[in-house]
Amino acid sequence: MNIVLNGQPRPVNNGTHLEQLVQELGLKGKRLAVEINREIIPRSQYANTELKNGDTIEIVHAIGGG
Amino acid sequence: MNKDPLIIAGKAYHSRLLTGTGKYKNTEETRLATEASGAEIITVAIRRTNIGQTPGEPNLLDILPPNKYTLLPNTAGCYNVDDAVRTCRLARELLDGHDLVKLEVLGDEKTLFPDVTATLEAARILVKDGFKVMVYTNDDPIIAKRLEEIGCVAVMPLAAPIGSGLGIRNPYNIITIIENAKVPILVDAGVGTASDAAIAMELGCEGILMNTAIVGAKNPILMASAMKKAVEAGREAFLAGRIPRKRYASASSPIDGLFF
Repeated sequence: MNIVLNGQPRPVNNGTHLEQLVQELGLKGKRLAVEINREIIPRSQYANTELKNGDTIEIVHAIGGG
Repeated sequence: MNKDPLIIAGKAYHSRLLTGTGKYKNTEETRLATEASGAEIITVAIRRTNIGQTPGEPNLLDILPPNKYTLLPNTAGCYNVDDAVRTCRLARELLDGHDLVKLEVLGDEKTLFPDVTATLEAARILVKDGFKVMVYTNDDPIIAKRLEEIGCVAVMPLAAPIGSGLGIRNPYNIITIIENAKVPILVDAGVGTASDAAIAMELGCEGILMNTAIVGAKNPILMASAMKKAVEAGREAFLAGRIPRKRYASASSPIDGLFF
């Protein structure tokens, strides 16, 4: 199935959980926040959140800004 | 704690200089300039994580850790209410429930002036949602008062357009905003050099937030140090109470005892 991750289409295996995606991206343990279809997913819910075909996911972090 | 702390949302800070962390050439320069400025509250932006790029890139929060600095996530780049509110909510999740935010809703790219109607609406939503909102606005005393009434914890009028370095363009409005306010008024944006910062503090501002004036200087670390001193000097001069301006001279040495 396919998701849209930070604006880019990305294939993922059926049944992938958010925690797996974060791990695959090398972002496990990093300070970030995740939205799926504009709903914020608390960090504690990553393991329980199964991705669905067509999900739009945003993963954000803090960078320098004024 | 010093005798004259800056109090924002019930928390006391030594430093009245708040700095941005944008536009530095690398994280080391960010760290050194931030340390030289003495800032305790620093702004950060919320952006998409780079996917599959530069995995070893140093994270801003590793060099400016939340246990050492009060992070102030901003809504820079937001031109409408929804984007600003969404950014604040993501920042709160990112920072484990930290709810102090800098709200800015911009009107256009040329001036980066605030869209005050959208700012008022976003401020209402965020305050209701439990955020402690420090709000960027223009130097309009009426709007500043409205933002305070909504429940913003600090109101931050611009001195001049963001990044312009033009200094305090309307000191009389800034004074009026300060006189009307029961929350801290901080100048946010527009200062160019140390004297501008001192002038803002001499007017009675509780603090100053700046980014470009430091990072855009030829030597950002030295300018950060200069700004720290200017903010401290301006604050002390404000508290000391300046002499009135007079048109003619007033001799400093006594007339009595002249021997000619």
